[in-house]
Amino acid sequence: MTSPAASGPAPRRPLSRTIPGTPIFDGAAATQGYALNAMCFSFNDPANREAFRADEDAYCDRFDLTPQQRRAVKDRDILGMIAAGGNIYYLAKLAGIFGLSVQDVGAAQTGMSVEAFKAALLAHQEETA
Amino acid sequence: MSTIVGGIFTSHVPAIGAAIAKGVQQEPYWKPFFDGFPPVHRWLEQAKPDVAVVFYNDHGLNFFLDKMPTFAVGAAPRYENADEGWGLPLFKPFEGAPDLSWHIIDHLVGSDFDPTTCQQMLVDHSLAIPFELCWPEAAAWPVKLVPIAINTVQHPLPSPRRCLALGRAVGAALESWDGPERIVILGTGGLSHQLDGERAGFINTAYDRHCLDTLGPDPDTLARQDALDIIEQAGSQGVELLNWIAARGALTGRVEEVTRNYHVPISNTAAATMVLANEAPVPA
Repeated sequence: MTSPAASGPAPRRPLSRTIPGTPIFDGAAATQGYALNAMCFSFNDPANREAFRADEDAYCDRFDLTPQQRRAVKDRDILGMIAAGGNIYYLAKLAGIFGLSVQDVGAAQTGMSVEAFKAALLAHQEETA
Repeated sequence: MSTIVGGIFTSHVPAIGAAIAKGVQQEPYWKPFFDGFPPVHRWLEQAKPDVAVVFYNDHGLNFFLDKMPTFAVGAAPRYENADEGWGLPLFKPFEGAPDLSWHIIDHLVGSDFDPTTCQQMLVDHSLAIPFELCWPEAAAWPVKLVPIAINTVQHPLPSPRRCLALGRAVGAALESWDGPERIVILGTGGLSHQLDGERAGFINTAYDRHCLDTLGPDPDTLARQDALDIIEQAGSQGVELLNWIAARGALTGRVEEVTRNYHVPISNTAAATMVLANEAPVPA
């Protein structure tokens, strides 16, 4: 059944607000992160993944990464890459080159061990029993 | 007259594709998820669709930030998967239904939507994995494809209300299609999960249940949230629920739940599968 309010306007809320621990990839982040994300997008081509592995610095040069982005990449610092405008859908391709699973990436951002991160995910099973 | 047979809603986690490729569906980690599909297969056997209209989100295969459409409709004769950056085995190609695609595009633009149209379009795991789940033994896909990509990557995202309206406009287009096709709607992604930030690993089973309970009978309730509300409740990537909301909108008749399955976790995700059959309104 559809309630009468369904056809009314959606409630007006601010376009951006803070959700703790949750990056919002908006226009400002997309602008800031363009070079890093463009580099990650290039990794869809296996030859580019090979070129990155062969000479990381030279590959970052080609995409004109900012110093902040280069440092985060060099340090394998996921939160640093996000702070520098990286988007996780693109960063996932770089994480693949680093041999990191999404659980590794999750653990690294939360400061948990990978085992603890996986255990926390599994713990939700009880709520579905 | 075409028939909209119903909607299939399912998660599209890349690891599901890897599990299929390795043949580990019956292992304890995977079995509770894959056990949700035999009822889907039985329903498909009797529903016999020949076209699938799929609402999904591209993960940086076809679209980059240089040009990021809010809504994009494929109008290609054929769609292919390609390397998404991980060198995984590629998914089978998809035969398009360009005449139906253009009919949908005509109807959408005529209804004041402004979609991007794509005569070349790579489709990623978020479209291919649901096909693998629905038709696991197929040598070639038994349905033609109309892909509709929704931006869930770069804010501002389309509102849930707009996605529901998009789906309803697609449903109206399908109803006005003269062909004999039997059409299934797919909505992919979700449910709650978050890959990025200090809240990575966030899952909200209570909210997921609310979405599963509400989607069929009262999608307007879900559409009254904004996209950030969904992110707060379901995690950054849980906002893929927008694909489900749009797909629900395309079911224009009376819907009835056929089956559902909910299992946590698959990778970092609360995985869900649901089928809603669509009973066409009886002409007066």
